[in-house]
Formats: sequence, structure tokens, C-alpha cells
Amino acid sequence: MSDVTLHITDRRGELHTVEAPTDMNMNLMEVIRSYEIEAEGTVGICGGMAMCASCQCYVESEHALDEASDEEEAMLSEAFHVKENSRLGCQIPITEVLDGLKVTVAPES
Amino acid sequence: MITTDILIIGAGPTGLFTVFEAGLLQLKCHLIDALGQPGGQCSELYPKKPIYDIPGYPEVLAGDLVDNLMKQIEPFQPGFTLGERAETIERTEDDFFIVTTNKGTKHKAKVVAIAGGLGSFEPRKPEIPGIEKFEDKGVAYLVKEPEQYRDKRVVIAGGGDSALDWSIFLAEIASEVHLVHRRNEFRGALDSVEKVIELKKKGKIKVYTPAEVNAIKGGDRLEAISLENVQTGLSTEIDCDAFIPLFGLSPKLGPLSDWGLEIEKNAIKVDNTLDYQTNIPGVYAIGDVNTYPGKLKLILCGFHEATLMCQSAYQRIHPDKKYVMKYTTVGGVSGFDGSKKEAPKAVVKTLD
Repeated sequence: MSDVTLHITDRRGELHTVEAPTDMNMNLMEVIRSYEIEAEGTVGICGGMAMCASCQCYVESEHALDEASDEEEAMLSEAFHVKENSRLGCQIPITEVLDGLKVTVAPES
Repeated sequence: MITTDILIIGAGPTGLFTVFEAGLLQLKCHLIDALGQPGGQCSELYPKKPIYDIPGYPEVLAGDLVDNLMKQIEPFQPGFTLGERAETIERTEDDFFIVTTNKGTKHKAKVVAIAGGLGSFEPRKPEIPGIEKFEDKGVAYLVKEPEQYRDKRVVIAGGGDSALDWSIFLAEIASEVHLVHRRNEFRGALDSVEKVIELKKKGKIKVYTPAEVNAIKGGDRLEAISLENVQTGLSTEIDCDAFIPLFGLSPKLGPLSDWGLEIEKNAIKVDNTLDYQTNIPGVYAIGDVNTYPGKLKLILCGFHEATLMCQSAYQRIHPDKKYVMKYTTVGGVSGFDGSKKEAPKAVVKTLD
């Protein structure tokens, strides 16, 4: 399995192009944390259970992602700064189809 | 003034287990937590989620883990200050700490153990222009005393359990209840959703979906809110006495960050080579709230940290005493309530 390249714009507008492994059972929230793209403790607060919205991202490329689960939809319905292209990073597993994905981390709330 | 041996800030699993380890050393504990019930995240965020990495439990629900911990520490009679947030800390001349909560409750102890997890859970506030101006003047993020809404016109925003449950509850006492949610679907226990539908049919709750409150109006006090249907873009104004946005809780380190503690990556730095003490002697940080090289935010690591911390706390409280660690299989557990648990004695008898 190969790595994929992700383009992640942080909350301050800075672009980070990073490599993420597809064979380590990681999700987008964990990639953001492992590269310390945002301050520790401000992303992935619930640990990836779709119970906070601290890893909310705007998906800005046309990648075919899996549909959001009911739990993710429910969380997004209560989150702030939600847009049409909002997703929870913790619910996006890193797979080969994500290569070239462009996302922006949503503001903290 | 509440006095104790170890004052624990945070009643999550790590804080609760500290009571047990301290109790084995005959030290008394008191816990402060901003939430209204013990258990921290386990109770507040995911009580029904199974945890698989608690040693000795192939699977345990987070809520059950909390219940078990409460049972385990019961003999040690911990005190609780719940629903209050630890706000300030000061050191007295005779080397005690006094911790005061946001409601003014004072606690005195020789040792303070911060087991604050991700911080205290604070309500998430929606970004509506000028909302701060009306806080406590009609706008509240929590329902503290439902009676204050009697015969009032109330607007609730949110789509989760607390928005549903309070709409149902207040429908009985308020003169009007308006429920605003950004989506058409509500997320909540099935019977709450059904109850809201029933009350809506009876005209006791007016439901606005998919809509968002986007403006607040009033003079000295709240007088009206304005909401926008997010599909049609149409605005509606509702005259009201109270507006209660219920969008869940998010943890904030909050006042702890002003205690003079060394903080790194939103966590408190501790000495992991010895006893998880912070840069303030006598103040320890254990569980998810601390950081050190190689730190893992796991419940089982919090338990270990609590155990070592208690040994150090014992030395601080009783500098002249020598303590030898005793296995519970040998020493049993002697509660402060007079209870005694110990292994049954083996029968020694000749076999003829």
C-alpha cells in the first residue's frame, strides 16, 4: 500500500501538504493531529467518536467520500460553522481514493 | 470550609480511582467537578460506549465503569462538590492550599491532585451578534432553575437530547415554548422525539425547522429573537422572555491555566520520573490533563499515575512516617465507614 498526499489548510489559512499512510487504519483527524497542524487539544477532543465537532473540515475537492453516517450527520446538525461540504475528519478513513484531497479545518468553537 | 487530605479536581475515572488508592493509605479525599454527576467524559459524552482496554475487563460500558468505581471507593467516603468549577488556588502560610469554586465554595487540603481531563465542560455558545449582552438577562446556556420560566415565553435552540428534554419539561410550565433547529431531523431518545411530536400537535410546542436564530433584540432585557429558515431564507421574529441555546458542552482548561502551572500543548507538564507533580510542589496532575514525554491519554494510564501520585502525597502529608506498600490480598480494604474487606483465611487441617 502506498501513501496518499493530502492538502490541508489550517485554521490560520496556511496550507500543509502532507503524506498519509493508507495501511495504518488512520483517519483524517488523526493525520491532522500527527502532523500537529493544529494545537494539541483543539482537534479530536472526543478521540474520534463523532461526539464533538472539533475535527470539522470543509472538503474542497471532488473526491468520492463515503456518505456521512447518521451519527456524523447528527453531530454536524449541532455544530457551528457548518457548510454544505462539512465533514468530521475522524469519520474519513485514509484510503487510496483520497489521494490529492483538499480540505480546510473549520474554526474552533 | 471543606477540609480534606487530598483535594481532587475532576471526578472522572482517574479522579475517582485516586480516592481508592488514597484510602488504602488512610488519606481522605474530596472531589470538585463542573458537571453535575461524577464520571467525567465517561458519563457525559459516552456512557453507552464499550471500552475494551481496561485491564481485566474484556468489555465494559463507560457508564458501568463509573458505577463500578463509585462502588469501589464507597468505603472511603469521598466528598463531592458537583456542578462547580475550581476557580482559584492559594497557598496558606502553614503550607495548605485553598481552592475556591466559581460559586465561592472553599476547600482546604495539603495536596491538590488535578485530574481535570480535557478541562471543565462549558456550554457551547452560538455566534449570534450581541448575545453576550443578554446573558443572564434572558439568555441562558443551561437550565438551572426551571421555575424561573413559569408563565414565560421561551425559545429553545438545538436538536439534541437536552433541547428536546427541556422543551418537553418547559411545555408544562412556560406560557409558550418555541423550538428552533437547523435540520428537520432531531437526534434524541425515541420517546423524547415522540413526546415532542405529540406536544407539537397539541400546540404546546411550536417547532421551527430548518431554521437558525440569527439576531437577538431587546433593551435592558431580551425582548425578541429573529430566526431565519435556512431553506427559504424567510425571517420570523418571536417575542420572548427567554432564549436557551442548547448546543452541547465542550471542555475548556479554563481557570486552571491561570494557576501558574507549566502548560504545554494544552496540558499540564509533570514529573513522570517520580510522582506526576507539577512545577508547584504539592500540586499534582494525573490522567488526560497532564503531559510528559511518551504520554498516552488512556484511562489505564490515569489509574497508574493516580497510584504513584498517592504515595508521594502520603509522604508530603506525613513526612515523618514510613510507609510500606501492602497488597490488598494481604491487608484487605478497611473503609472509613468501618467496613472491612479481606481475603477469607485458608483452612489448615490435617487430611486424616
